[in-house]
Amino acid sequence: MTMSFKGKPSRRAFLKGAVAAGGTLASASVAKAEADPLITEVQDWASYTGDGVDATPYGLPIEYEADVVRRNVEWLTADTISSINFTPIHALDGTITPQGCAFERHHSGAIELRKEDYRLMINGLVDTPLIFTYEDLERFPRENHVYFCECAANTGMEWAGAQLNGAQFTHGMIHNMEYSGVSLRTLLEEAGLDVAGDLKDKWVYVEGADASSNGRSIPMEKALDDVLVAFKANGEALRMEHGYPVRLVVPGWEGNMWVKWLRRIEVTDQAIESREETSKYTDTLEDGTSRKWTWVMDAKSVVTSPSPQSPIKHGKGPLVVTGLAWSGRGSITGVDVSLDGGMTWQEARLAAPGTDKALTRFYLDINWNGEEMFLQSRARDSSGYVQPTKAQLRDVRGLNSIYHNNCIQTWWVKSNGEAENVEVS
Amino acid sequence: MSKFLNLVAGTALASTLIAAPALAEKYGLGRPALEEEVAAWDLDVAPDGTGLPEGSGNAYDGEEIFADYCGVCHGDFAEGVDNWPKLAGGADTLDHDDPLKTVGSYWPYLSTTFDYVRRSMPFGSAQTLSNDEVYAIVAYILFSNDLIDDEFELSKETFFDVEMPNAEGFILDDRTTSEAHFWTDTPCMEGCKDKVEITMRAAVLDVTPDEE
Ligand code: HEC
Repeated sequence: MTMSFKGKPSRRAFLKGAVAAGGTLASASVAKAEADPLITEVQDWASYTGDGVDATPYGLPIEYEADVVRRNVEWLTADTISSINFTPIHALDGTITPQGCAFERHHSGAIELRKEDYRLMINGLVDTPLIFTYEDLERFPRENHVYFCECAANTGMEWAGAQLNGAQFTHGMIHNMEYSGVSLRTLLEEAGLDVAGDLKDKWVYVEGADASSNGRSIPMEKALDDVLVAFKANGEALRMEHGYPVRLVVPGWEGNMWVKWLRRIEVTDQAIESREETSKYTDTLEDGTSRKWTWVMDAKSVVTSPSPQSPIKHGKGPLVVTGLAWSGRGSITGVDVSLDGGMTWQEARLAAPGTDKALTRFYLDINWNGEEMFLQSRARDSSGYVQPTKAQLRDVRGLNSIYHNNCIQTWWVKSNGEAENVEVS
Repeated sequence: MSKFLNLVAGTALASTLIAAPALAEKYGLGRPALEEEVAAWDLDVAPDGTGLPEGSGNAYDGEEIFADYCGVCHGDFAEGVDNWPKLAGGADTLDHDDPLKTVGSYWPYLSTTFDYVRRSMPFGSAQTLSNDEVYAIVAYILFSNDLIDDEFELSKETFFDVEMPNAEGFILDDRTTSEAHFWTDTPCMEGCKDKVEITMRAAVLDVTPDEE
C-alpha cells in the first residue's frame, strides 16, 4: 500500500471513494441501490478451498495488513543500528501490543543470543555471587503481569512544536505486553542481601549482553518491589529485538531501564551514573540545569484514531474515537476527550478499568456532524495526576528536555476526514 | 539519598518492602560465580572511581589512537561527523536553544566517559581497547574540550584532578514538587478557554517519512 500522509490532502486515494461520493455508497437507505456483487455472485473464496493447516507453522498477519508495521524516522539517528522505530498504534486496537510490531530501540543492534549461551550473573554486595543459566531461571516461581514499556523519548520530537504527522511517530515508542518471568526480588534473595546491610541506600546496576553494554542503576526499593526478570511476552518467547532470551521489566519506569539481553545484576552502594543516566535520559530545563533520575513515566494519553494515519473515510454519522492512556504512577482512572481543542471536555468510556502501569483503551462514540474538530485526550491516574497541556509543561520545563513529553496531543480533523498534527492556543 | 526513595512510583511503599528479607526462602539454584568470571564482566566504573583499572595515558598519545578508532564517526577533534555524536564543544550552551551536550559541556562525572569508552566503544568493535588506550583516548577527549593539556597523564591517581564543568548542573527529579499543580482533583470540563487557534502545523514542517 502506498499512502502518503505528508499533508498533501487532495491526493488521498480515499477521497476518490466514499467521501467524494457524498457517503452515499455506504448508505443502506438509498432507494433502488444496485445489488452488491460480493453478495449476489459466488466469490472464489466461497467456492475454492483455502490453505491447509501445514501451510503456515507460524503465522504472520494476512498480506492486506502489510501496512501495519513498525516504521523508523531516518533523519533522527546517524544509522539504524543505534536507533528506534515506532509501533503502529494508529492501526491497533485493544491494549496488548503484538510483539512483531512492537517498537524497538537498540544501542548496538539486536543480537542473536541462544538460550544455551545465556548466563545471568548476580554480583556485588551479595552473600554469594551467583551464575544462572536460562534453565535455572525457569525453575524459580513465576509471575505474569501486563505492563507498558515507553521510551522516555516518546513524543520527544514534539517539544519544539508539532513535527511528525502520525500517532505512530508522535506516540509509537510504546508497547504493552503480558510478561512471564521471575521477580528480581526472588533472584536477589537467592544470592542473599545480608552483606548489603541497610538496603535503603543500595542500588542495583543492571546490564545487557549486547555490544552497547547498556546499563542502568535502579534503587533497591524499586528492585525489590515489582521488577521482573522476564523471558516470555504475550505467551511466547521474547523476540530477538526485545531482548531474547531474557529482559528486565521495570514497571512504570522509562524504557531504557528495561535492559534487554540481561546478563548482569550488581548490588552497589552508589548509582553508577552510566552514560545512559547522565549524557542521556536526563532532562535539561530552561536555565540549563538538568533533572536526573526522572525514572517514572507521567500519565499520558493519545487519540489513535482518527489521527493523521487513520483518517475518517466514512463521512458524517457514527464515529468511534479511540485511544490509549497509561501512567507509570499507577492505573488510569479516567480519560477526557475534547473535540474543540480543549474548550470543553467529555469523559470517555474505558474499555476496561485501568490496571497498574498498563495501557488502558478508551472510546468515545460520537455522531460526527462533518465539521472540523480539534481532537484531544487527557488522562487521569490513581495518584490524582492530570495530563498537562504542552504549554503547562513548557512553563515548567522549557523546550530542551527531550525526554518525558507527556503533553496533551491535538489532531486537527478536517471536514474531509483527514487529520493533522497541530498545536493550538 | 533518602529523598528520592519517597518518590519511587509516586506512592509511599510499605516499609516492609525494603526490610531485609532475612527469612527469604532459597531454592538452591544457580552456582557460585568464580572470581575471574566476575572480573571479566564487572567492568563498570562508579563516580567515586570504584572500578578504575591500573594504567594511564595522555592526550598526546590519545590523538593518534582516537584518529584510528574513533575519528571516522566522531571527527578527528571529537567535533562529530554528520549525525554522529559530537564529543567536544558546547561550553555554556545548556541554557540556549538546542544546547550542545558533550563530554565537556554536559557530562557530570569523568568516570562515565572512561566507563562508556571502555565498555561500549568503538561502535562495532566494543571492548577491544587496552586500559592504557582508554586512558589516552579519554585524555584526548578532555583535551579536545580544553579541560586538560596534552601532557596531563590520566590514571587512577590523577583522575580526580580533572574538573568536569557541569558537575553541579544536575538536580534530582523534582516533578512531585515543581509540578505539584498537575495533581488536580477537578480538571476543567467546560469553558476552559474562549477560543482555539492553530499555532503550528506538522504538515507545514513536512518532516514525516512517507508510508510504504
Ligand atoms: C562507527 C561509528 C563510531 C565509531 C568508530 C566510534 N563511535 Fe562512539 N558513538 C557512535 C554512536 C552511534 C554513538 C551513540 C550510541 C548510542 O546512542 O547508543 C556513540 C557514542 C559515543 C559516546 C557518547 C556520546 C554521548 O554524547 O553520549 C562517546 C563518549 C563515544 N562514542 C566515544 C567513542 C570513542 C572514544 C571511540 C573510539 C574508541 C568511538 N566512540 C568510536 C559511533 C561511533
